[in-house]
Amino acid sequence: MTDPDDAAQRRLDANAAAGPLAELFTVDLTVAMATCAGCGNTAPLAAHPLYAHAPALVVRCPNCAAVVLRFASGGCRLRLDMTGTRLLTVSLAGAA
Amino acid sequence: MSFVSRGFTGRRRAASPGRLPPGQYDVGDGFPVLSAGPTPRTSLDRWDFRVRGQVDEERRWSWAEFQRLPRESIVVDVHCVTSWSKFDTRWEGVSVDSLLADVVTAAEFVAAFSDGGYTTNLPLTDVTGGQAWVVDTYDGQPLTPEHGGPARLLVPHLYFWKSAKWVRGLELTLEDEPGFWESFGYHNYGDPWREQRYAGD
Repeated sequence: MTDPDDAAQRRLDANAAAGPLAELFTVDLTVAMATCAGCGNTAPLAAHPLYAHAPALVVRCPNCAAVVLRFASGGCRLRLDMTGTRLLTVSLAGAA
Repeated sequence: MSFVSRGFTGRRRAASPGRLPPGQYDVGDGFPVLSAGPTPRTSLDRWDFRVRGQVDEERRWSWAEFQRLPRESIVVDVHCVTSWSKFDTRWEGVSVDSLLADVVTAAEFVAAFSDGGYTTNLPLTDVTGGQAWVVDTYDGQPLTPEHGGPARLLVPHLYFWKSAKWVRGLELTLEDEPGFWESFGYHNYGDPWREQRYAGD
């Protein structure tokens, strides 16, 4: 059984996630594969319809039209909503 | 040098500069179309309008029944959160007061729901008292699909995202439930005169 004090000591704050997340967000997401949380359809992000004439960029599932991703910069903040993305898969460069 | 100008408070709706909320510009004759998804095309024989949720009895009007409700003409300025404003827009439709006239409810909030899945949330007190309509006519013509036809909500005192296009009903709720843009960091209330664009503004 895990010692609760030991678990508390091993817990990190989310700053420790910044490095790994920076790897994700510096890749070209247009080649990423996105899986819709609604219908499970998987397709390249670049093949998703984008509605850019709205208060945010709205990316929808090419199969069921559900919102897969929303992204906006405004009010001095970046906002990313991926509630509609079950899985985002990015192939690493050089990993043939 | 005088720093107080008396008599300007009542001119907000009369003179151009004073009727423009902070951070907005006058789009003039244009009417930008903003869409977060495909434009729904619901035929009128399949269209209905519902009042549901915390109500004594659900209400439903077919298109033909909706057309027989008391109609009003409305001329208002509208203000989009993307910073354009349009003055003197002319609409016709049914007041939300008429739609809720006989409804018995303990609800304090309302969520407008639309074809295509769009939702927006408002306090019930902001859609009653002659402040909100379900409109099906713009500038004397049937409301086109790109502007929200066959019918859209019109709540001109709040940013235009609250005026849900393709509206199909109102859900009355006890708890406030953030809608499509409200859940994405946009302001829960959206008063253009207080420039409530984003949560925390």
